[in-house]
Amino acid sequence: MEENATVWEVFIQSKNGLAHKHAGNVHATDKVMALENARELYTRRNEGSCIWVVKSEYIVSSETEDGEAFFDPSNDKMYRHPTFYTMPEGSKHI
Amino acid sequence: MNETKFQERIDAEKKIEPKDWMPDAYRKHLIRQISQHAHSEIIGMQPEGNWITRAPSLRAKMILIAKVQDEAGHGLYLYSACETLGVSREDLVQQLHDGKAKYSSIFNYPTLSWADMGAIGWLVDGAAIVNQVSLQRTSYGPYSRGMVKICKEESFHQRQGYEIMAEMAKGTAEQKAMAQDALNRFWWPSIMMFGPQDSDSPRTGNAMKWKIKRQTNDSLRQDFIDKTVGQAEVIGLTIPDPDLKWNEERKSYDFGEMDWEEFWNVVNGNGPCNKQRLAHHKKAHDEGEWVRIAAKEYAKKQQLAAN
Amino acid sequence: MSSLFTYTLRIADSSLILGQRMSEWCSKAPTLEEDIALSNISLDMFGQASGFYEYAAQLDGTKSADDLAFKRNEREFFNHQMVEIENGHFGNTIVRNFLHDAFNFLFYNALASSKDETLAALAAKSLKEVKYHLRHSSNWLIRLGDGTEVSNKKVQDSLNEIWQFTGELFEMDKIDTKLLNCGIAVDNSSLKEEWDTIVNKTLSEAKLIRPNDTYMATGGKKGMHTEYLGFILAEMQFLQRAYPDAKW
Repeated sequence: MEENATVWEVFIQSKNGLAHKHAGNVHATDKVMALENARELYTRRNEGSCIWVVKSEYIVSSETEDGEAFFDPSNDKMYRHPTFYTMPEGSKHI
Repeated sequence: MNETKFQERIDAEKKIEPKDWMPDAYRKHLIRQISQHAHSEIIGMQPEGNWITRAPSLRAKMILIAKVQDEAGHGLYLYSACETLGVSREDLVQQLHDGKAKYSSIFNYPTLSWADMGAIGWLVDGAAIVNQVSLQRTSYGPYSRGMVKICKEESFHQRQGYEIMAEMAKGTAEQKAMAQDALNRFWWPSIMMFGPQDSDSPRTGNAMKWKIKRQTNDSLRQDFIDKTVGQAEVIGLTIPDPDLKWNEERKSYDFGEMDWEEFWNVVNGNGPCNKQRLAHHKKAHDEGEWVRIAAKEYAKKQQLAAN
Repeated sequence: MSSLFTYTLRIADSSLILGQRMSEWCSKAPTLEEDIALSNISLDMFGQASGFYEYAAQLDGTKSADDLAFKRNEREFFNHQMVEIENGHFGNTIVRNFLHDAFNFLFYNALASSKDETLAALAAKSLKEVKYHLRHSSNWLIRLGDGTEVSNKKVQDSLNEIWQFTGELFEMDKIDTKLLNCGIAVDNSSLKEEWDTIVNKTLSEAKLIRPNDTYMATGGKKGMHTEYLGFILAEMQFLQRAYPDAKW
């Protein structure tokens, strides 16, 4: 049987200035084909100004089991947010 | 992560993502449902693709091509979502070819006239929309996001179909007859798209518990009928159901009994086009093999040259 | 029929027939991604055809773009014969498209400087699309030519068969010359050198052998076609011909 195609993850920048967003995947045998396939599949309605493709095998993901250790500690450090601070009444531009 | 924690997440309307623990049965159910959905989109390209070369105007032709290529795109979003569950697109296609996977039986009906393009867009895509809008809230993340994308694109499909029916219904006598004939042939198969009645649907229990499905078959079917009857009236076509009647108490339409023998026949492989649809898909796949192999070989050579 | 009308029709006809051929690939491509790519090319071609037919209809004053596409007979079509060739296998389509895309790229690039503003605008728009088509067909020709022995043989055979249709692309007849002198038309013969450069470079990368120029098919501009065109039109025009009073 034929071997499986290579899977590539696709990231689209919809408008100049915005960040690329993950759109899904495409199958392709080389990077040129991957870019073109991504263009065909994900930008038919003017949704793109730039495309990135990355072989899926190169994506590294955090693990769900590590979720608590990775992300919970930042939940109780409200002093990182400007809303934590009370400013003197009448003060401007701060 | 165990079954209890998993169900808690589901009940709290949290999304399950590819790396999360999930019961084996949940994974299997999703693979079956998503891949069937994907296969349906791809097989659906055939009955509609049938009229591309004969579309009666430049505009109609371009619109139909755009619609059918959207279906290919939808199939791809869905295969892509399914692959996150640990199965390859190639395996899914093999299952389809081996007769181990199903697809929506509506696509086992032939498209006999141009008006069928109208009927399919209006009714079949219309039914798909009712189903897909509901599925936007499905519990599995990649499937839910795929549905949101698909729903955005699907409304043009329904409008394209309804526009064709509306124009034909107010056209020449022959056009109106053609449109009515298409409606007559596609009405019942369209409402059968929602599947067996709830009482005959064994998998509905789990699907609802795990929030894979958000509404039952009968509920979605009723939604679709309630939305569509008025649309037929507006363009002057008659729905071929003598028992169709507004029920003031339920605030819904009562409708006639479906032909369940026909339904199960078509689902089980004995519809007018079942063999043809699969054969076409296999043929395209087989004829393209040398191309796929050549492309891989070329890529290998390039890699070697680069290293 | 004015010269400008005929000239515009020629461009429209080639786009239409190639678009029709490409639309036949729907649900039959080697991969789903490629199915979408081929339909996109088809849509581009029909878009180009519509643009040029609209202009031709304007020039004529009595017919619509659809009338021109759906109600003319075989001998009234002026497309290049090359675009009528059957799709055949995927490699055959790629070879046919590559040879035509390379021409179209140079042709539209030149036409974009036409003194006729409408033709120039249509050409500029089409050029963007054709750049992508040429990229697509070139890359695939290289993959197939430099893929496996099987794929190389298939596309080499296609190239050998289709080569006879390339001569017609560079012909100039009285209408071409007349409009060229007005600064409207393109000097097709002047495009040959650059076309050779593009083609030779890609064929070399694709490990393919350029066929010798022997017999060259001709006649598209005079409404002389391959036997394929009749069948293409019969299928395409059927509904409009069967229901002459209907509006679609």
